[in-house]
Amino acid sequence: MNNPSEQPVETTEGGGMTRRTAIKALGATLGAAAFAQAIAPLTEWTENMTMDEYLQKHYKELSPFDLGVVMSRLEAETKAETGVDVHIGDYRPQPGVKFGYALNLSICVGCRRCAQACHVENNHDRPSGNSYIRVLEMEKGSLDLAKGRVNYDKPVPSKDKFYMPVQCQQCDKPPCVSVCPVEATWKESDGIVVVDYNWCIGCRYCEAACPYHARRFNWTKPQIPPEEINPDQGYLSNRLRPQGVMEKCTFCLHKTRQGKLPACLEACPTGARVFGNLLDPESEIRWVLKNKRVFVLKEDAGTRPSFFYFFDE
Amino acid sequence: MKRRAPICLVLTALVLVATGGQWLLRASASGADIPSAAQSTQVDATTQTAPVASRPEVPPHRPRGHHPSVATGIADAHGNTTAVACMTCHATRASDLDNGAAGGTPKTFHQGLAYAHGGQSCLSCHHSEDYDALRLADGRKLAFSDAQKLCSQCHGPQTRDYLNGSHGGMRGYWDKSKGTRTRNTCTDCHDPHAPAFPQLTPVFAPRDGAARQQAERDAARVRNSTQPSAHE
Repeated sequence: MNNPSEQPVETTEGGGMTRRTAIKALGATLGAAAFAQAIAPLTEWTENMTMDEYLQKHYKELSPFDLGVVMSRLEAETKAETGVDVHIGDYRPQPGVKFGYALNLSICVGCRRCAQACHVENNHDRPSGNSYIRVLEMEKGSLDLAKGRVNYDKPVPSKDKFYMPVQCQQCDKPPCVSVCPVEATWKESDGIVVVDYNWCIGCRYCEAACPYHARRFNWTKPQIPPEEINPDQGYLSNRLRPQGVMEKCTFCLHKTRQGKLPACLEACPTGARVFGNLLDPESEIRWVLKNKRVFVLKEDAGTRPSFFYFFDE
Repeated sequence: MKRRAPICLVLTALVLVATGGQWLLRASASGADIPSAAQSTQVDATTQTAPVASRPEVPPHRPRGHHPSVATGIADAHGNTTAVACMTCHATRASDLDNGAAGGTPKTFHQGLAYAHGGQSCLSCHHSEDYDALRLADGRKLAFSDAQKLCSQCHGPQTRDYLNGSHGGMRGYWDKSKGTRTRNTCTDCHDPHAPAFPQLTPVFAPRDGAARQQAERDAARVRNSTQPSAHE
């Protein structure tokens, strides 16, 4: 039976505090502390984000005026953070242009200068050595990407090897776009798949969806010495990215939409890369498609890339 | 003492205000600094400075001017490299065509010239009477600056690809209506005496997750191969 001596402990004791209320108070205090700890990142986040940024609309919904305001704000923020005067432009697709890229695997020697040029041009994070291009060292006679090696360091080209740079293939049916839950990435009329860095929530679904491993995530705020920042920036391309967003190759749209060649092509010492307008029948990329035996990577994935590979006969 | 429970609720509310309220305060403060219309011009300004990326170090073999020359390998008083015009020697001295003709490097003049370009002799490409010029297969003279025409006599597919923009590096504009571009010629990248493209040291070793994983797999493979495993 019940021990009557325990009864007073449950109801009242000394100063009138019951064990039940003491535990309740302790629990509530712990709960409040845990809650404060849990939402602490929110206060750090607000330190890095202004109300303007928080309320900013999607790129496609911004009026030209509002976008101008946003870009001036970003320029001012870069100036405040790094002391560098950058110019952020909004470069739109040109009518009658769809970009295509072809890469001659017979000529590529695997020197990785394209990856380096990408790193410099696109204001990549210096500590992680990020680049949108990954060069695979492949066994001759095989196209098994899983056997491609990225960290080769011997003089190139090695005997019995060929080299396959892989970057965003700017697919016509991009799986990365269809998986995005917030439509922060989309395909533009000239074929470039872009990301609105201010709309991306960093869920990394697109990274998982891409069959070419072409997307990169900013685990940290990219670190670049101020003197190395490329000041010619595009809103949808190489402007300084915030932490926690995805990024990807844009065929250097801040250059190519002004008629210039992409940085990786200009850096190529062997001329393995061919870039141009797929809609212009006189373009060099069209000549390659017509006269070389081109193929696309993982054709069976149904992604319809705008990036082509070929070998000389 | 049942009143403690509401006190705890008040405490929680205080924490909420302390964190969330901070955000509200900051939000209202930053709302004031919306840039003025004057700051928001230049929406799609296209002014851009020239790219500063330097050319990759490909051995340049561009002939210099109208009087081609060879490097002497001797520096002048200022430390600059010096060159001597071809005709300095070739005007005064008969060519010794057996000089290194057996396939090695020339023994007297042009020492150290590594020659590896098929079965050509000097005069297959150099003009026998005018060493400031090249020689086409039909005997016509050709200026050094037009060397590409000489190369194209044998290297048809490469010339075809070059003329269609799919051989040889370039810089500048893909859209010729907007700007010009510069292209390499044959001898910018290929040494005419040993034209095979040299091996290069790869730059910019990747440091991303894929590279790290691959390095770890390699290390594991090395460990496994040094220790005889039971199932192999």
